[in-house]
Amino acid sequence: MKNKRALFAVPYVGWMTLFVVAPIVMVVIYAFTAASGGLTLENFSRMGTYAVVFTRSFKLALIATVICLLIGYPLAYWISREGPGFQRVAMMLIMLPMWMNFLLRTYSWMSILENTGLLNRFFSAIGLFSLINGLSGASIEYFPMINTQGAVVLGMVYNYLPFMILPIYSVIEKLDGSLLEAARDLGADSARVFRKVILPLSLPGVLSGVTMVFVPSVSTFAISKLLGGSNELLLGDLIEQQFLGTAYNPYLGSAIALVMMIVVVVCMAMMNRFGEGEEQAVML
Amino acid sequence: MKKNASWLNRFFMVLVFLFLYAPIFVLIVFSFNDSQSRTVWQGFTLRWYAELFRDRQIMSALSTTLLVSLLATLIATAAGTMAALGFFNMRKRWRGVCMTVNSIPMTNADIVTGVSLCLLFVAFFGGWEAFAGWCNGVQGLIRLPSRLHMGFGTLLIAHITFNIPYVILNVMPKLRQMDKNLIDAAQDLGCTWMQAFWKVVLPEIKPGIVSGALIAFTMSVDDFIISYFTAGSSASTLAMVVYGMTKRRISPKINAISSLLFITVLTLLIIVNVREARMEKQAARRRL
Amino acid sequence: MKKTFAFLLALTMVLTLCLTGCGGGGGERTVNVCGWGENIDPDLINQFERETGIRVNYQTAESNETMYALIRQGGTDYDVIVPSDYMIGQMIDEGLLAELDYGNIPNFALIDSRYKNLSYDPENRYTVPYTWGTLGIIYNSSIVEEEIDSWDVLFSGKYSGQTGMIGNPRDAIGAALLYLGYSVNTTDEAEIREAYELLSSAKSNGMYQGFFMDQLYDKMEAGETAICTYYAGDFLTMYDNNPDLRYVVPREGSNWFVDAMCVLKGAEHKEEAEAWINFICKTDSCLANMDYIWYASPNTEALEQYPAYYEEKNGEALDPELYEIMAAPASVLDRCEVYENLPPETQQLYSQLWVELGIG
Repeated sequence: MKNKRALFAVPYVGWMTLFVVAPIVMVVIYAFTAASGGLTLENFSRMGTYAVVFTRSFKLALIATVICLLIGYPLAYWISREGPGFQRVAMMLIMLPMWMNFLLRTYSWMSILENTGLLNRFFSAIGLFSLINGLSGASIEYFPMINTQGAVVLGMVYNYLPFMILPIYSVIEKLDGSLLEAARDLGADSARVFRKVILPLSLPGVLSGVTMVFVPSVSTFAISKLLGGSNELLLGDLIEQQFLGTAYNPYLGSAIALVMMIVVVVCMAMMNRFGEGEEQAVML
Repeated sequence: MKKNASWLNRFFMVLVFLFLYAPIFVLIVFSFNDSQSRTVWQGFTLRWYAELFRDRQIMSALSTTLLVSLLATLIATAAGTMAALGFFNMRKRWRGVCMTVNSIPMTNADIVTGVSLCLLFVAFFGGWEAFAGWCNGVQGLIRLPSRLHMGFGTLLIAHITFNIPYVILNVMPKLRQMDKNLIDAAQDLGCTWMQAFWKVVLPEIKPGIVSGALIAFTMSVDDFIISYFTAGSSASTLAMVVYGMTKRRISPKINAISSLLFITVLTLLIIVNVREARMEKQAARRRL
Repeated sequence: MKKTFAFLLALTMVLTLCLTGCGGGGGERTVNVCGWGENIDPDLINQFERETGIRVNYQTAESNETMYALIRQGGTDYDVIVPSDYMIGQMIDEGLLAELDYGNIPNFALIDSRYKNLSYDPENRYTVPYTWGTLGIIYNSSIVEEEIDSWDVLFSGKYSGQTGMIGNPRDAIGAALLYLGYSVNTTDEAEIREAYELLSSAKSNGMYQGFFMDQLYDKMEAGETAICTYYAGDFLTMYDNNPDLRYVVPREGSNWFVDAMCVLKGAEHKEEAEAWINFICKTDSCLANMDYIWYASPNTEALEQYPAYYEEKNGEALDPELYEIMAAPASVLDRCEVYENLPPETQQLYSQLWVELGIG
C-alpha cells in the first residue's frame, strides 16, 4: 500500500539520475581524462599551482559569509519582533531585489565604487578630499575602492545577503511563543532567553543560510570579474576560463570543479555535525 | 515583546535596506540619463525606453527569459509536487537517499551544475550524431537531424532540474504537517484515493506548492550561471545579454527594461499586499 | 503571496505570448553569425534580411579564445564566424573550418590583394577578410600630459594604477614581447617566459587596474583608465565620445591584424553563409560598416571612397589623421607584424602562462 504511492517519485528519480547524477559522473570522467584521451591523473597533479586560488576563494567567501551572518541574523531577529504587516513588507523588500538581474546590480556597484564613480564624486563634492589633503598634506583625489578584494567581498555580501536573512527569519518567526514565555516565567532575562532558547532553536536556519551564502560566494565568477577587475582569479573564474574562456581545457576545468565540490561538501558536512540539524530550513 | 523594537534596531534596518536598494536606485535613475554614461548625469530623457522596444536582441532575450522561467516553473511545480508525494510514501531509507540527491542541485555550486550539465549535453550530442548517422544510413523513412545543438531545449531542462528541489523542499513539510487520518477518513467515507488527493491533500499542501513555485520562478528569472553554460549560442536570457554587455558597456536600454520589470513586480506586490491587508481588516471586523 | 503569484503568472503568460507572437514563424532560411560585440552596422543585417529573406541570427563572442572554446565545446550552431588571423590558422590546422565555394562569393574580387593569401590561409581557401587594423596604445591626453610612443608606459613606473592591460593572452604577451624587442611570433620559450615575467611583475606592482577587453570603452571614455592597449577601430569609437583620447602605434612596433569571415565545417546553412559573406564584401556594405564600426575594410574601392563617403554623410571632411589611424599607412604597417599561427606547444604555453598570470 505504502509502496504503491511511492511510484509517484519514479519519473523524478529517473530525471534526477539523468540530469543530476549523470552530469556529476561526467565531471568525474572528464577530470580523469587527458586532453588527448585516455585515463590520467595529470589534471590533479597541476592542482598545486591553483592552491592560491583555492585559498583566496575560500577566504573571501568565508569573510562574506561572516559579514552576512552578522548583518542577517540581527536583521531577521528584529524583523520577527515587529508587527505582521511590517514583517510582510520587510520580507517583500528583501525578496524584491532578486527581480532585478544580479549582474546588473553588481554592475551598478561598479558605477558607485569606481575611482571616478558616484561615491568618490560625492566625497569630492562635499570637500572630503581637500579636507584630508589639507590636514595630512597628502594629495588624494579618490579612494581606491574598485578592483580590490574588499569590493569583491562587498559584491558577495550584497548579492547573497537575502539568502542569509530568509532562512533565519523563517525559523525564528515560527518559534513557539509559549516557549519564550515559559523561559521568561522561569526567570530568564531577555539576554538569557535569547542565548538559551532562541539561538539554539534558530541554528538550522543559520546553517542553511550559511550554506546558501558560502557556496555561491566561493564559486562566483561574474562578481570578481566586475568588481575585482579580474586581477585576482577566484575558483569560479578559473573554471569558467577552462570551459568558455581564454584557456580552453574542459578536462582541467572538470578536475578543479570536482576538487572544489569535494572541499565544499566536506565543509558542509562538518558544519552540519555541529548543528546535528536533520531538518532543513526552507525559505519563506 | 513587540514594543521594544528600539530606534536603534529600526535604524539598522533602514541602513540594510539602503544598502540593498542603493544600486537599484542608481540603475533606475540612470535609465533616464541622456547619455551613455553610467556616472555623469546629463539630463532627463525617455529615449532608452522608446528604443528598447525596437531592440531585437533585448526583446527576444526577454521573451526567452519569461518563457523558460514560466515553463520551467509550471513543469517543476507539477513534477516536484508529484515527486514529493512519492518521497513521502517511501520507506525511510530510500527517502533519505532521494532527499540527499534532491538537495545536490541546491547545495552544489551553480557553476558546477552548469558545467556538468554542459558536459552531459555535449556528450549526448556526440552520441546522437553517431546514432542519427547510423539510423539515416540504415533506413530511408525518417531523416533524423544529425546535428543537435544547445538552445532553448537544453536551457529548459537545466531550469527544470534546478527548480524541482525548491518545490519539493517546500511541499514536503506541508505533507509532514498534514494529519494522516484525513486521507483515511476521506477514503472511509467512500472517496477514491484520487478524489481524496484532490479534495483533501491538495488544499492542505497548496501553500507549500505556491511558495515553491514562487521561489522556483524567482530563481529562474535570476539565474545566470547555469543558463550561461547550458544555453549554447542560440538562446539568450536577459541575464546572458547583460553579461555580454558588461564586457562592453551596458546600454541604458538594459537599465530601462530592468526598471520596467522591477516596477511591475513592485506594483503588483503593493496591490496584493494592500488588498490582503484590507481583507484581513474586514475579516477582523466581521469577527467582532 | 498566493495572489501575487497568480498575478505574476498571468502577467508573464500574457507578456510571453505577445513577445513570442511577434517573433514570427519558423521554417525560414537563417544564418547564424558570430562576431565581436558591436562589430557590425545593424542596418546591414536588416538590409540583408530584406534583400534575401534570410534571417540573420547575430551572436557575439568576447575574444578569439572564447570563440574557440565555444566552438570546440560543441553545442553551438554558428555558420559564419569572424575570428582573427592567428586563431584562423589554428582552426584550419585543427580542421574546424570548411573550404569556401568562391563561386558563390563573386564580391571576393573586390578585396585588395594585399589581404589575400596571408600566412594563416596561404592559398586562401577558407577565408574572406572582414576588417583589419592595428593594435596600439590609447591614452587620455587630459591626464597624460606627455606624448606617448613606447610600450614602456604599460610596464613601468609613472602611471601605475591608471593603466589597463588588454585581456587576452596573445595581445598582452605580444605587447610585452615587443617591448623586450622580440618578435610576436617567437616560439622561444625563454623569450615568452621573459615577457610573462615582465607582465607578472608589472601586475604585482599594481601597474594595472585590471585586464580588460571591451570594458575599456566605458573606462577610457569616463577617464577611469588613463592608458590602455586596444585596437585602432575601437579607439575611433571611443574618440567619438571623448576627444581627449589619443592613439599611437608604439615605436617598438605592434601587431596588425586581419579579422576574416570563415564558415565552420558541417555548418547547416553554408549556402546562406556564403550569401552573407558575399553581401558583406559589397563596397556599399563595407562603406556603411566602416562608418559604423570604424574598422578599416579590406575592400579596395571602399578604402578609397571612404573619406568622400564620410564627408557626404557628415557634412564635414574626415580628419586625415583619423583616417590614418583607421587604415594605417605603409610607414606604420612596416613596423607591425601579423600574428602567425603558433605551434601547439607554444599555444599551450600561452594559455598556461595566462592562467598563471591570473592566479598571480
